Amino acid sequence: MSANEVEYPVWRRPMQEEEDLEEQAEHLRRRHLLLDPKFPWAMNDDALKPMYQTGLSFWVVVVALSGLVLMGAVTWARQIYWGLGITGLNRPIYWGLFLVNTVYFIGIGHAGTFISAALRVLKIEWRRPISRAAETITLFGLGAAGLSILMHLGRVWKFYWLLPYPNQRQLWPNFHSPLMWDFMAILTYMTGSTLFIYLGLLPDLAMARDHSVGWRHRLYSILAIGWRGTEKEWAFHKTSLDIFSYVIIPVMFSVHTIVSWDFAMSIQPGWNSTIFGPYFIVGALFSGVAAVIIVMAIIRKSMRLEYFLRREHFDGMAKFLLILSFTWTYFYFSDYIVPWYNGEPVMQVVFDLLRRGWAAPLWFLMLFANIVLPVATLWSRRVRNNTVALVVVCIFIQIGMYLERYFIVPVFLGYNELPFSWGVYIPRAGVLLTIASLAMVVLLYMLFSRVVPLIPVWEILEGQIFQGLKRIGRALLPARSEPH
Amino acid sequence: MEKPERKWTMVIDIDKCTGCAACVVACHAENNVPIVTDQEVVRGRGQHWIRIERYWSGEYPHIKAHFLPILCQHCENAPCEPVCPAYATVHSDRENLNLQIYNRCIGTRYCGNNCPYKVRFFNYFDPNFVEPQDQQLNPDVTVRSAGVMEKCTFCVQRIRRAEEKALAEGRPLRDGEVMPACVQTCPTGALVFGDLYNPESQLAKQLESDSRKFRLMEHLGTLPSVYYLKGGTSRVSE
Repeated sequence: MSANEVEYPVWRRPMQEEEDLEEQAEHLRRRHLLLDPKFPWAMNDDALKPMYQTGLSFWVVVVALSGLVLMGAVTWARQIYWGLGITGLNRPIYWGLFLVNTVYFIGIGHAGTFISAALRVLKIEWRRPISRAAETITLFGLGAAGLSILMHLGRVWKFYWLLPYPNQRQLWPNFHSPLMWDFMAILTYMTGSTLFIYLGLLPDLAMARDHSVGWRHRLYSILAIGWRGTEKEWAFHKTSLDIFSYVIIPVMFSVHTIVSWDFAMSIQPGWNSTIFGPYFIVGALFSGVAAVIIVMAIIRKSMRLEYFLRREHFDGMAKFLLILSFTWTYFYFSDYIVPWYNGEPVMQVVFDLLRRGWAAPLWFLMLFANIVLPVATLWSRRVRNNTVALVVVCIFIQIGMYLERYFIVPVFLGYNELPFSWGVYIPRAGVLLTIASLAMVVLLYMLFSRVVPLIPVWEILEGQIFQGLKRIGRALLPARSEPH
Repeated sequence: MEKPERKWTMVIDIDKCTGCAACVVACHAENNVPIVTDQEVVRGRGQHWIRIERYWSGEYPHIKAHFLPILCQHCENAPCEPVCPAYATVHSDRENLNLQIYNRCIGTRYCGNNCPYKVRFFNYFDPNFVEPQDQQLNPDVTVRSAGVMEKCTFCVQRIRRAEEKALAEGRPLRDGEVMPACVQTCPTGALVFGDLYNPESQLAKQLESDSRKFRLMEHLGTLPSVYYLKGGTSRVSE
């Protein structure tokens, strides 16, 4: 079909001839990955090649990021040596950038499991090539979140006192403390998502083992724990992955709810909101899905994964992002209007600060980035199909969501019921550590992408086996046969 | 839970407070409270276990200053206690004190966030007692390192010393025997300290008869152990 020909709806077109049907099939094949099968060896090559072929620019970025991480390590060492005084924290504002980072990194870590587990359970087929790239964000996002909690501690060398470990003094941590729940929830989620990503990796590790030599071969041999791909192994694999997918979804929901309880359980005005649980989950998914889109765009370009990551994937993710933007708006509005209507004096001061005070430019930027921009652009297919535009929107969402967490932590904290103790937070060493944390996540992701195939080849092959075309009347439609 | 033996309580008569800040100085001396630099104060890290909040009322030139001394309220239902993951801040059931265990604190600072009175202080740096302050440190009180929270203890070291003395002499503790540094120093007698459960104590009698009493932010349900007294003319809001 040529481009300038008027495209009539299917039912108004004349009866299709055989060639037309072929054209239609070709059209569908170009659009949908699962209708565009390749030989397994060709697909293996496509997935493994970017792991071996590493250009100069990759190493330049790795060195630059390592420099930033090193700077962070030095800053942290200084902070441990001198005390938290080198950060900008003060008296009413005891929590600053470190806690913002914790919430932010757990947030971007949420989309990984959601895309992989929830979409798997719901049998949404376009998730297949994205799942591992997303899960990897979860892995390193959670790592950075855990590290941010440690950076936040005044005496980090005693961090294990947060754990219920047997000790001769028979001291237990305080199970009443939301921070305790938080630490446990993050540990659980980290363990769960590491196992989850590893489980999904097994067949691909075995594939990589069979296609590699030298140290890689030895590494993959150990990691693949003797996977041979027998019928029985696949059956166990499917069952365990199914169980894991169902189990990890409630864990995912609980983690960010518990993170929100760090705030919601307190009596700090602005924090003691009952809807913080679901509100934080939606915020986490919102920033997480946006982060996954950014990562998808980058790896598609830099690792030449055009075959795997197609318009349909960006389109699906962008639609999801639009829904999440609506949902986030709803929660933000609900969380805003209740204290505003209530008229609590402290909250009036905070709202004035957001609307008219020094925070106003940032607040309006947040509203623009999280509400106006996604809602105004993502409805359009042209934007959804334009990777650059989509990435710009997603970067704005990252900024907006970071600002949202920033308002909640150090800005709200500055205002309590005793005006004598109000304060303003000017971040200092925390900025360096924030940059270093972000650099660490990107660096680990980059190194991981050279060791482990980011595209789950077996999942795509599985999807392609069950995907076919069915002719109904004049149209060819993608159809999926249900395994088992 | 058994009824506590004692309820250490403080009464602060705002009408008598002149804002002289002698209590602040006394507290620093007694409890080895670090004296931070002016730069740190600008950064909002002033560290005084008891502080005088000054509020203004009226229009110039008919302007009036009101002073509100604030220290740890030793809440019966303290918001700082449940949030500590390491049990570094705990309640003493025996005498209704809110205790801070410095060497159990890992510095999450959650208690400081959840304290509505903002009377908990974090040691951002190791304390620096310049000459000759380092010559007058109180040996009964730990010098806190960087990374831990601290707050008013109602001079628990003085409570212990008086209790031990009474025990050694084989007699019950007398009213007025325990006196925190701030109470001892207050020149106008605005601060009174005692056991609320002892009906013979000066404090219990004063609280019973005085209609001016209120507690800070009672709507939060924290049940503070510090009572304030204020008459009609003193307009420090509750």
